[in-house]
Amino acid sequence: MSARDRILGKLKQKMPSTVALAPDVASWYATHRIAESGADKAQRFRHFIELAHAEVYAVSRGGWLQKLYEVLAAKQIGKLLVSPGTPHGQRAASELPALGIACPAYDAPIESWKEAMFHDTPAGFTRARGAIAETGTLILWPDADEPRLMSLVPPVHIVLLDAANIYNTFYEAMQAEGWSNGLPTNALLISGPSKTADIQQTLAYGAHGPKELVVLMIEENLQ
Amino acid sequence: MISAQTPPPRPSDVYFFATCVVDQFFPGAGMDAITLLERQGIRVHFPEEQTCCGQPAYTSGFPDEARKVAAHQLTLFPNDWPVVVPSGSCAGMMKHHYPTLFANDPVRKAQAEALSGRIYEFTDFLVNVLGYQPQDLGGDCTVVLHTSCSARREMGVHLTGRKLLGDLGHVTVAQQDHESECCGFGGTFSVKQPEISGAMVEDKVKALKATGAERVVSADCGCLMNILGHAAWKDQQEGRAQPTLPGEHIASFLLRRTSK
Amino acid sequence: MNAPQTPHTLHFMPSAGFRARAKDVVDNPFLRQSFRGAMDFLMTKRAAQFPDAEELESLRTLGESIRQYNLAKLPDLLEQLEANLVRNGIQVHWAETPDEANEIILGICKHHEAKLMVKGKSMVSEEIELNHAAEAAGIGALESDMGEYIVQLAGEKPSHIIMPAIHKTKQEIAQLFADKVEGVDYTDNVDALIQIGRNVLRQKFLEADIGLSGVNFAVAETGTLCLVENEGNGRMCTTAPPVHIAITGIEKIVEKLEHVPPLLSLLTRSATGQNISTYFNMISSPRKPGEKDGPSEVHLVLLDNGRSQAYADEQLRKTLQCIRCGACMNHCPVYTRIGGHAYGTTYPGPIGKIISPHMLGLEATSGLVTASSLCGACGEVCPVKIPIPELLMRLREEAFSKPHDHPAMVGQGAGYSGLISAVWRGWAFVYRSPALYRLTSWLGSRFRWLMPSRQGAWTSVRVPLKPAPKRLRDMLKERG
Repeated sequence: MSARDRILGKLKQKMPSTVALAPDVASWYATHRIAESGADKAQRFRHFIELAHAEVYAVSRGGWLQKLYEVLAAKQIGKLLVSPGTPHGQRAASELPALGIACPAYDAPIESWKEAMFHDTPAGFTRARGAIAETGTLILWPDADEPRLMSLVPPVHIVLLDAANIYNTFYEAMQAEGWSNGLPTNALLISGPSKTADIQQTLAYGAHGPKELVVLMIEENLQ
Repeated sequence: MISAQTPPPRPSDVYFFATCVVDQFFPGAGMDAITLLERQGIRVHFPEEQTCCGQPAYTSGFPDEARKVAAHQLTLFPNDWPVVVPSGSCAGMMKHHYPTLFANDPVRKAQAEALSGRIYEFTDFLVNVLGYQPQDLGGDCTVVLHTSCSARREMGVHLTGRKLLGDLGHVTVAQQDHESECCGFGGTFSVKQPEISGAMVEDKVKALKATGAERVVSADCGCLMNILGHAAWKDQQEGRAQPTLPGEHIASFLLRRTSK
Repeated sequence: MNAPQTPHTLHFMPSAGFRARAKDVVDNPFLRQSFRGAMDFLMTKRAAQFPDAEELESLRTLGESIRQYNLAKLPDLLEQLEANLVRNGIQVHWAETPDEANEIILGICKHHEAKLMVKGKSMVSEEIELNHAAEAAGIGALESDMGEYIVQLAGEKPSHIIMPAIHKTKQEIAQLFADKVEGVDYTDNVDALIQIGRNVLRQKFLEADIGLSGVNFAVAETGTLCLVENEGNGRMCTTAPPVHIAITGIEKIVEKLEHVPPLLSLLTRSATGQNISTYFNMISSPRKPGEKDGPSEVHLVLLDNGRSQAYADEQLRKTLQCIRCGACMNHCPVYTRIGGHAYGTTYPGPIGKIISPHMLGLEATSGLVTASSLCGACGEVCPVKIPIPELLMRLREEAFSKPHDHPAMVGQGAGYSGLISAVWRGWAFVYRSPALYRLTSWLGSRFRWLMPSRQGAWTSVRVPLKPAPKRLRDMLKERG
């Protein structure tokens, strides 16, 4: 008999005969979390993610590139990793180099350029799929265009977020978008720059992931 | 956990379950509690046959022995009167653990459940059943209140002792550091793990003394035995004749403050 | 009860007994102060996350019901999880014992001719002492959580399940780095120390052949592994190396994705007082065609190691509700006095006292089950309402009762003493009989002057107990 069969056998032998009542998650959220306007959610999102040390800038749909440039210039970053397969990545790649910022594209499997990713990529630029107001959280679903390491290895991570996609809670986000019907290879919640308090409970940023997290938040037509 | 039961109408009679610790080590506290109840016009009945709630064996991992002793206590309260217990942990044992203890004995389980609803910790009974408001006749003084873990977490009555002391006009209640932390008694824990228990009571006594209060009061004699026992030991060690942290059961303190 | 198994023995189990280890810490005022400060910090942070008592209570009730619901269906959910993981391309392995788990993990490493494994924080990997086994097999196993990295550099084990290096001061860590990390001068600036760790470990993430992680929740319906962390090393371990191996206890399963948000909220708020952790990392498959990074192989090792024993008993099963937040230890007056190492087990504190007996047997842990005043602080803060004091009393009964034929757990009766059992039988004999009680208590007060001045452990820090000259019942009689 395999370990699997032995473990399952032991558990099945002692499984309770009565079925426990299914937990009512929906009604807990219905009674404990109020619906909020888009503007309120944007404000709450900003409040919490700023508390976690992220920088947030309100931008317009047309004007975010200018802010992106200003942020990079202020941080004296001359190189930004972008996705060649996304509209925002393409826009950055077409306009920033003229302003003196190189925009290498994440266009090849990591194996071919891992060293450069770890040692020579000061910033990465991705979009967020959405966000969560109550915890100040960005939702990212990395994919073939915006791979997983883009938001992790570069010391600065800049994120483009449409505030229309902010949910009140994590629960609301997964329910509204039907996550249980299928999740991507990797789904991420990001709530600030990387940090640790492992040395004498003293908070320090930039433990292993980005030291800085910058959110460019498009706040237009919020309900 | 907050005691959610609706207070019954003011009874004419109550049973008094003294606990073995009060009977043998703190009889004065028992007398004072009874006197306070009688002053409120309550007839107090002390079942002569009472011994111990069974908690020492129960918490030490000897439920069979606890059951035997508890079964005897179940027979002591035939009338439908409240049972007042001057100890949060013994009250907790009778109120919350008796029904579990007799889970496999339908007759006693039913008795235990019926009894459970009648068990009152002493300060809870004074405040929530009698609506007692002490009239302070004493001079200015500062005390510090220690509430047992059982009273706080099992019985949910950590506010009633504080309320009673707060009602005393000339008494200031000092706030100790880490108030809700255990004093380290824990029954046989104090002798099975004397190093840890000793460290806990040492810290507790330091915190109580640091308030500058002239005495500690508590509604649990188990904690008092531990706290006062350590405070007195420390005094002895350091050659002091006067106790630096005297203490007493809250019943004794209340009775003295409200007596001419 | 199935065929008796030999409980696992920890290689790192300290040689001295629990009481001696506890005494060492208790007698060290510096350590006492340091643990007290750390626990105060964590308690205050947690309290700030739960300003609304009703919200907390209803969320704990929901968390409890989620865990109990999923445990009730555990074997079915394990099969569902396995089927969905396999469908998603994740390979599933089962291990009954730590040795089996190590064999599986090291087998994967050898298959890939791995030289270096970087590890995200995983208490289950501590439970199986993977580092020890990897070292013996000639494979480097490097901890990458800052706290774990520090502890590993120092040749120690974590002293807390969430804050592994909580027993160390920054000065000690500064000295440790100066001694052990190449080219590093002494600095006790925390930012600088973290930068040192970051730089060393970045290179390792880049080089590593294998990334190992734990799992906080495994979702059966989607076949998803969820990881909670702040540092990003968990994401590094699960993304940068070509192979990711996750290991978890069989109990960490939820059926539905919607069970995750309440548990995540309870976990981070209870553990470190954060409304959410910096990263919540949900992994459902290895790299898919066209994707440019992520491991091409993902494995999950499901470990039993005594959990099925706890599962078999309705009361002990509640032990498995745990989501490993550590709030019970942060609020424990015993943990606060002695720290994590004194326990001598992988999981310290109240949860350690109730889970370790299933992993290591009661023989090795019967001393631990007495190390509680049953104050109830742990049960009060537990986010999934595990009745820890009640379970401790049950374990005391299992440890001290006479060995019998159908024990609920390995090592039942390990702490049995004929003498102590006889003392309790004698106690019950007296206290169940009013006449005997009256007699003995009367003798007690009558001959109170005979009470010894040394009363064993009691008088090590207290004056002797002496019965009052008159019992309450005597005073009542006299009063008439």
